[in-house]
Formats: sequence, C-alpha cells, structure tokens
Amino acid sequence: MDTHPHVDGPGASGQATAVAIIGSGGSGAVTAGQILLAAVARAGYYGLLTRSAGPQIRGGESAAMVRFARQPVGCMGDRFDVMVALDWNNVARFVDEIPLDAASLILADPASGPVPASMADSGARVLEVPFQVHAKRLPEGRVNMVALGALGAAIGLPLAALEAGVEQTLGSKGKSTTLVETSIAGLRLGYGPGPAGSDPLPPHPADRWNLSGNEAAGLGALRGGLRFVAAYPITPATELLEWLAPRLERLGGALLQAEDELASVNMIIGSSFGGVPSLTATSGPGLSLMMEGLGLAVASETPVVVVDVQRGGPSTGIPTKSEQSDLNIAVYGLHGDAPHLVLAPLDIRDCVFTLQWAMRLAEHLQTPAICLSDQALGQSRALCDPPARFTGALARSVASAGAEAPYRRYGASPDGISPMAIPGSPGLMYTADGLEHGPAGTPSAAAEDHATQLDKRATKLASFDFGPHWGEVWADSAQTQRANPAAEHCIVTWGSAFGACREAAERLTAAGHPTRVVGLRLIAPLQRRALSEALTPAASVLVVEQNHGAQLFHYLHAEQALPSGARSFARPGPLPLRPAAIAAAVLQPHLQEA
Amino acid sequence: MDAATATPTLRAKEYKSGLTPVWCPGCGHFAVLSAITKALAYLQLPKDRVAVVSGIGCSSRVPAYLDVYGFHGIHGRALPLASGLKAARPDLTVLVAGGDGDGFSIGGNHFLHACRRNMDLTYIVMDNEVYGMTKGQASPTTQPDWMHSKLTPHGTGVPRFQPAAIALAAGASFIARGFSGDPAGLTQLLVEAIQHPGFAFVHVLSPCQTFRPEQREWKDRVHPCHLGTTDNHAEAARLIQMDDGMALGVLYAQHLPVWQPKPEAPTSLAEIEAEFLP
Repeated sequence: MDTHPHVDGPGASGQATAVAIIGSGGSGAVTAGQILLAAVARAGYYGLLTRSAGPQIRGGESAAMVRFARQPVGCMGDRFDVMVALDWNNVARFVDEIPLDAASLILADPASGPVPASMADSGARVLEVPFQVHAKRLPEGRVNMVALGALGAAIGLPLAALEAGVEQTLGSKGKSTTLVETSIAGLRLGYGPGPAGSDPLPPHPADRWNLSGNEAAGLGALRGGLRFVAAYPITPATELLEWLAPRLERLGGALLQAEDELASVNMIIGSSFGGVPSLTATSGPGLSLMMEGLGLAVASETPVVVVDVQRGGPSTGIPTKSEQSDLNIAVYGLHGDAPHLVLAPLDIRDCVFTLQWAMRLAEHLQTPAICLSDQALGQSRALCDPPARFTGALARSVASAGAEAPYRRYGASPDGISPMAIPGSPGLMYTADGLEHGPAGTPSAAAEDHATQLDKRATKLASFDFGPHWGEVWADSAQTQRANPAAEHCIVTWGSAFGACREAAERLTAAGHPTRVVGLRLIAPLQRRALSEALTPAASVLVVEQNHGAQLFHYLHAEQALPSGARSFARPGPLPLRPAAIAAAVLQPHLQEA
Repeated sequence: MDAATATPTLRAKEYKSGLTPVWCPGCGHFAVLSAITKALAYLQLPKDRVAVVSGIGCSSRVPAYLDVYGFHGIHGRALPLASGLKAARPDLTVLVAGGDGDGFSIGGNHFLHACRRNMDLTYIVMDNEVYGMTKGQASPTTQPDWMHSKLTPHGTGVPRFQPAAIALAAGASFIARGFSGDPAGLTQLLVEAIQHPGFAFVHVLSPCQTFRPEQREWKDRVHPCHLGTTDNHAEAARLIQMDDGMALGVLYAQHLPVWQPKPEAPTSLAEIEAEFLP
C-alpha cells in the first residue's frame, strides 16, 4: 500500500470527520470502533461513538460509527467520510444508516466480494485492501485490526494514537499481552507507511472524559446519592444496571435483580420508604408495567427515580434502536391526578447532570422522577469535557423525633412538603398509604381530605423554583448583540435530539439564518414562563423530536406554551435525526402549521 | 440494669394504633391482628424497628391498625415492597401481611420469587378463600365448585392453589399453618416465624363471616400437624402433599442461604469517576 487515498482530516478545517465500520455480529466492528474512539481521544479530539446492532446475539449485523472533531460532537451528522467493510454479509441493513456520497471513501477487502450496488451507487471512491491476507500473516491476526489500521491511515490519524487506543481498550480487559501485541501488529500492517510526516502526539488532554450515556446516567445517580437499585434486565437499559451493580456494592449500597418490573418499582418504593435514595432503570415496556407503582409513589409521597432508556415502540417494537416516543406515557401515563417529574438529558455528558438533579429533586419533592434517556444516548460513547455538577442543596426533609406530637406525615405546609419519618425513628411511626388519607396517613374517602392532599401534592411541584436548569438555550455567541432578534428562527426540542438541532442551528446561523435552540431538560412540570421567554421573539418556531406522533409538539400545545404558527418536525426512529433535514425544515414555512 | 436505662416492657395492646378496623363482626382477621401484637410483645421488638407491609384487600388493612412503621401499598405488590425495604434496611424486622387473592393471584409471581430469594421476611397470608373487599368473588384457593359469585356462576372449575406445596417447591425455608380460631397457637407460630432467619411463610386460615359463613366449621376441622416439624425437604413434600389443608403447626423449617446485600471493599465516588479519565 504505497498510495493512500485519504479524506481531509478534521484538523485543518475544523470540520468533523465521520467514519463507519461495518461487519457481521462478532466480526469485531464494535471493538474496532471503541479502539478508534480511544485513539482519537489520544490524538486530542472530541468524539462520539454510536453503534448499531440487530437483535441477534451473534451473527447479525453490527456497525460502529465514530465522528470526531476539534470541538464537542453532538450528533452523527449527515454523511460519512469513510466506511470500512469487514465483510458485506449484512450490508443491506446499513444502507440507510450510513449515508455515503461521491466525496466518501469505502475501504474493503476484495476477498469479501465486490462492493454491493447499494453502496457503490453513492459514487464513493473504493480502496481495496487485502484485510484477510494481512491478518493471516499474523498468528491469530484479526481482520478488524488490519482494517482499523487502514482506516487510521486514510483519515490521517497518527499510528501512535491507534496503538495507544489498542492498549487502553484491550489492555484493560486483563487479557494476555499477546492480544495487545497481535492487535498492534495487525494495525501496523493495515496502516502501511501511512501519511508522510506524522507529528508526535500532543499531550493527552487530562480532563477529556470517555463515557457512555448509560454509564453517565449511573454516575449522575450516584452523585445524587443513589444507594439502592432494583431492576429487571431490558435492552437498551441493561448496561446502566450492570455498571451500577458492582459500584453500588463498593459504596455500601446494593442492586437487587427483581422478578419483573412490577416488582422492581415496588422494591425501590420500599427501599426509599426505608430512607435510602433509590432508582430503577428500564425501557418503554418496563415503564408501562411500572405505572401503577409510580402512582403509589405519588400518593404515598415516596421519592424514586426511573430511568427509561427509550427504544422503538409500541410493544416490543425495535429493542435495539432509538426513538423518543415515551414522552406521552411519561407525562400522562399515571391514573388519577398524579403530579410527578419528567426530565430528559440533552446529551451523553448531560446524563450525569440530569440524573444527579433528578435524584435530588425527587428526594426534595418526595415524588417520582421519570428520566427519558434513549438508546442513542445510552449505548453511545462521548469524548467530552468534564460533566457539569449540580451544586444545589436539595435533600429529603426528614422528621425528627419529638418535633411534633402526634406526628402528621402528610400534614399541611406552605410548600406542600412535609417531613418524612424514617423507620427506626422512635415515636414517629406511621403508615404510608396509596389510599387517599388524612394528614396523619389514616385512610380517608372524605372530599375535604382528597382535595387537601391533591392540593398538597400539586403545590409541591407548582411552587418549587426549579431555577435555570429547566433547559438549555443555544445561540451563536455573536448573536448576543443581535440587532433584530425577531428575525431569529427558534427550534424547540428535548433529549437526544438536542445535538442534531444544535448543529443545524450552527449551520443555519453561519448561512445567514440566525437560529437558536431551546432544549428542554425538565419536561414536567413544564416551566412555561421560562420557555415563553426563551421563545420570544422569533420569526418561526419549529418543534423537533424523534417520534411519529409529534408528542412534544402536542404536549406544548396542550400547555399553551407555543406561539401560533409553531410547526412540528417529528420523525420516528430508528434512523437518527440529521442536521441537514432539520435545517431544511426550519427554512420550510409551508411545513405543517399548528 | 438500673432504673434510668431500663426499657419498660411493651404490652401487646401498645402495638395497636387504636384505629377501628373496617372488618365485619366475627372476621378472623381480628384474631390475627391480636396474634401479631402478642408476638411482637413476646419478642419485645421496639415499635420503631418494626415495619408491616401490605397490598390490597381486607387483611391488607393491618398496617394502619398497628403502631409500628407501615406501608399499605398496591394490590399484589406487598412482597416486592417489603423486599426492597429489607434489602435497604436489614436492621428492621419486616412483616408482610395480606390475603389469598393479593398473595396468590395478582401477586403470585412475587410469592414464588420471594420464596426463592429467602430474604429475612415474615409473610402472613390470611386465607379466607374469597375476595371480600370486592364483595365475594372466587380466589385462587376457592373450591372449583363454589357457585356463590355472580362472576363465576358455574364455579371456577379450576383446581385450588396449594399455598404450602407451592411455597415448598419455590424454596421457602419456613412454612407454617395457623388458624385465627387458635390465637395462642398462631401467636407461637408468628414468634417462630419472626425468629426464623429467612423467608417465613405463615398460612393462616381466617374465616370470612360475610361471604363464606360455612367456614365457621373450620374450628371443628383443624387439627395439629401429625408429623411435627421437619427439616427434610422430601419428607416435607410428602407431608404437604398428603395434607388436608387443615393441619396446624410448623410444616417445614430449614436453614437456607438468606439473600442480603453483599458489600464489597469500600471505594469513593472519586475513584469511580477516575474510570472515565485517560
């Protein structure tokens, strides 16, 4: 390989580079992607790794997609610069997920057969590299490492960074050093002589984090005081639980694997009643099963947090792919009048902050909090700046012995929050109840008690000052002195769609269409006044979300939080929202009007 | 012990909240409530160190009638609620109370897994073979030819749920049967159940005067468990299979591994966060 077709690296232009590695399940595509992410981190970039997999345990399709740049990467972009095919076995399943064009490069092994028409039709250039021949020259040589080396050369990544990526990713698995050595030998064969004049690596940024959304959510919950989890396995939330289980044990807490989601939500209500901050994690089907339990948490005023790592629905839906379609059930799924919290982290890094905040809010307000993550956040990894930390002093109000006699668990207070007695406190014994009750917790069907307790539970949330964390507003810094803010477009979005919206707004702004983005972190209770201020003035308002039913759009209308003329851009999963499509929608006033 | 540090003896009635139960006159649950308070008094458990958890149904009203910590949860979920509490607070004595519909029908799956998990809980099921609170429907322990419910006018036609046999098969480490008409014997069983390390299942025959008046005959049909307590699983299986459902006493008791949190060598959150850094 003495000639290396390559794409423009991200260093010079400041643009992001996106690459995809595809292969059969078990081919090592995802491992290669993890190494690549560690390598670009070592080279000083920010980055994002997403993976795509079918429901098969082995033998299905798998793909790893990495996008990296000199500035934080919030989404996968619109197209890929390079695609590496470890084989072509399931390529048809990736055509939609990996858009290529004439400026793209395909790296493939001629021994795997010709480039399928579905990919070749893009007009992408093809570089044939004999991955298998190279791999066979090494004892236990792996095709994915040879291919990763060739990819690294094509995108101008220093070989030393790739080698560091191998050591960091495979060396920590506790396997024999021969695995690392063989992998590096494969890398070097694929890399070849490489681009001329590789500079020495810059110092590794000491504060650049590498974490997945599921890990980030777990960490945020630990920062928020989490010490007990009960949960039932479900894709794509399971890694969050697997990450927490050993770490909780080392922090003096515990994780209990429940028999089903009906059990898990009730278990955490029990543990929280015992005074221990508690959480469960699930996906849409599990959240559906938990709804009655969450009503109990509302009525008994027991703080719990549920992380819903959303996937395609309804029913079993598309378990391995992302969608933002559980907003309706999270907001409206409880029977009765049941005020509770609904939050959504805006990106992988924000999973830390949002879960920490959610834990503290639930504890302080003594009510359940549902946090809507999704597969695109949970199972992706980011190279990012250190996550923000919630520094407020929100804690559970705990009744102290002798303060009041007799103790009234659900007694009135100006902010609706009544001190909670923790079992083991002498003299404060009470019965928590899902039956409507009087101030002492005694069951009551009296109209006055019902009205009083409904008011109390609503007041807790309505009167609380949620401060500035309700959402994030992005606008180009140059626009802070904008002459005519009324000419700005505004995108309203939530959760994982925020990244693609921000990139769309950046492009629109650069192209002379100033655009700001409002990302909602707190969905319920909706902070209408703050949202209204963030939306005003604007030339147009577009609500962007990844679902079919325009759930946020309708929710905001129901709350009378949108100006007339606001439009909806809602697209279901499993394909990610692309910045170009969002930007086009912003500039299309004929799109569906409210 | 000098007077300043002496703890006054708690009497059974001091474990009662004073709230008047919603139960019908003659309901068996009154005697079960009394037996619970007598067992707690016998063991002199501090009131603030005891929690009683329940689901929904007539018998599930028990927590509010006790002056200990209580949680009256939702239908069928008393066992998970109690399991979470016990896992988070192993220092507490946790009792679970409920009925046959709550425990064996809507909560049946939790019953199996609570038996398997063998946490240190005492589960008291007041079995009257009927849904009382919804006015008299067949429960899992109702005879298949019982035709007094409009919901199943021909009877359920479904064989009865066998609580003791299923508890044994599911791995329960303590299985006993009591009768509300034998309060002294029931109190003794509850004491042993609370003292048993692990999941203790106490099946209590507790007649419903309103919807199953024929259960008044139970007082003539109950009898002591002939073979006494056994710790032999096969022997217990044989005993319970031959059982007419009216044998009172401890049917099985065995020391089995108890689920409890397993703390690992302590670390700090800062050490965990360092995993994400280069």
